[in-house]
Amino acid sequence: MSLLSVTGLGIGFGGLTAVGKVDFSVEPGEIVSLIGPNGAGKTTLFNMISGLYLPDRGRVTLDGEDVTAMAPHRLAARGLSRTFQNLQVFLRMTVLENVMAGRHLAERGPILADLLALPGSRRRSRATEAAARKLLARVGLERGAERDASELPYGALKRLEIARALASGPRLLLLDEPAAGCNAVETGEVDQLIARIAGEGIAILLVEHDMKLVMKISNHIIVLDHGEKIAEGAPGEVARNPKVIEAYLGSQGGKEAAGALD
Amino acid sequence: MRTLSPKYATLIALIALIALAPLFFPSTFYYRIGALIFINGLAVIGLVVLIGYAGQISLGHAGFAGIGAYACALGPIHLGLAPVLSLVLGAVLSGAIAWLVGRPILRLRGHYLAVATLGFGILIYIVLNNEAQLTGGPDGMPVEGLGLRGLLESAGFAVKASKLWYWLAALVMLAGALLALNLHDSPTGRALRSLHDSEVAAHTVGIDVARYKLTAFVISAVYASVAGSQIALMNEFVSPDIAGFLHSIELLTMTVLGGAAMVFGAVIGATILTALPQVLTALQDFEHIVLGLIMMLVMIFMPEGLVPSLARLVRRRPR
Ligand SMILES: Nc1ncnc2c1ncn2[C@@H]1O[C@H](COP(=O)(O)OP(=O)(O)OP(=O)(O)O)[C@@H](O)[C@H]1O
Ligand SMILES: [Mg+2]
Repeated sequence: MSLLSVTGLGIGFGGLTAVGKVDFSVEPGEIVSLIGPNGAGKTTLFNMISGLYLPDRGRVTLDGEDVTAMAPHRLAARGLSRTFQNLQVFLRMTVLENVMAGRHLAERGPILADLLALPGSRRRSRATEAAARKLLARVGLERGAERDASELPYGALKRLEIARALASGPRLLLLDEPAAGCNAVETGEVDQLIARIAGEGIAILLVEHDMKLVMKISNHIIVLDHGEKIAEGAPGEVARNPKVIEAYLGSQGGKEAAGALD
Repeated sequence: MRTLSPKYATLIALIALIALAPLFFPSTFYYRIGALIFINGLAVIGLVVLIGYAGQISLGHAGFAGIGAYACALGPIHLGLAPVLSLVLGAVLSGAIAWLVGRPILRLRGHYLAVATLGFGILIYIVLNNEAQLTGGPDGMPVEGLGLRGLLESAGFAVKASKLWYWLAALVMLAGALLALNLHDSPTGRALRSLHDSEVAAHTVGIDVARYKLTAFVISAVYASVAGSQIALMNEFVSPDIAGFLHSIELLTMTVLGGAAMVFGAVIGATILTALPQVLTALQDFEHIVLGLIMMLVMIFMPEGLVPSLARLVRRRPR
């Protein structure tokens, strides 16, 4: 059974179709990339899968369970986690606290215990801090963990979001343009990070414009254009697909996609 | 070397404030002002949890102060409850009402939430005003005192009511501050603060946003209720004004002026806005103008509130 399965999923905004009827699935431990030109509907698809948008049609299942339109916090409890294209960092909290908040499902407890700082509450906080520091080290942000998150540069915030998403202990991680705004070195780091996460058995659904990155690390690629799936398959097949080349024609992405294979 | 955690720094500062202030009191009348400051401080600490931690607004929290106050007025008469138990009953009632009202209201955001909470406050005020048989209506009603002073006297300790209330209100406020500070760095506190910054992100990491907003609303309602009860017990009298719109605005202004994000800021806000009108009475007609001016200037130059802005200045200084 697929870990994530999306069937006939679609949504419109004010009469305009943003996503038509999209089908695809993600198997456990796989890296699946979702690519397509700007406005193709990639983020909208993420928003429907993660419960932020109510789809007009179609179904989303996790491990066979219908989770269509389920509230995001309940999806998180089922092992779905994500990052955001337009950063959604907790800017008034420290770097460390951002990741600690990501471990909410594991650290939450009776409110009275938190108000009274009972030993159980403090123990949960300590365990969360230790786990968060480990995750920060994994994304290379272990130094300056006590700083306010607002003091970090853009690329670091992207990695902070990944650490926070990992803190909830996902089985499926949705990454929306994790390498956007990163230089070549940082992109390389993101690349390695994603590979390592996948190596631990966490499935990844990736939206990314950096074609080199996509072609290199994906097991499977889905191409979206104008809200419809126009192609899917292994990186090699997809990059040679005439429909895909046409969708990207003239755009940098198309040349890169073709170039990445040479 | 580890620096003092914000929690202990705040507690020490508050204890110092409480212990040292009486040294500067020219007369026992000032104990009463001090008690009022601490009582307001308690309500404002509750609002720090709601506004500063969770990022929600309320223009109707005086309504909960009213519920707490009238619980102390009516509990002894109609239920035969001791005044202290009436305070507890009021707190439970306020928490329950906050839970019921908060569920639909907290789905709203920003201005809409402000107006809905405003409506709630007005509703409580009108009920207290109109149910004259029960509440005495606009004229208010007497409240049975705490009885602690008599108890102390029979044990051989004679103490003035204003002094007793000063220390009592200080203790209650300290307890309230301790709980709020505990909460700040707990799992619940992190959940509240994260939904303040990004509801979407909080939701996707597994935080039940609606539930935690409600939690903050209920906690702050209980704080306001206990504060209202204390005012009633101290004055041995209560009128519907305690639930009035002006009182809600006063509490909100104290919170924002001092700095909604910090417990210590809230107490400073309560101190300034409780004490200043007493000091400014010398200016007579200009009192309100000066007060308004001070508030505007602080908000223009220190939008985060007095204490967080000053704390930032201190931290920025090269060491
Ligand atoms: N909340 C919304 N309200 C109205 N229209 C929306 C909304 N969200 C997305 N859209 C529209 O849906 C379409 C798809 O947008 P989406 O953000 O999903 O594209 P994308 O593939 O993520 O693009 P990009 O690569 O630029 O991030 C766009 O036309 C967009 O304007
Ligand atoms: Mg997008």
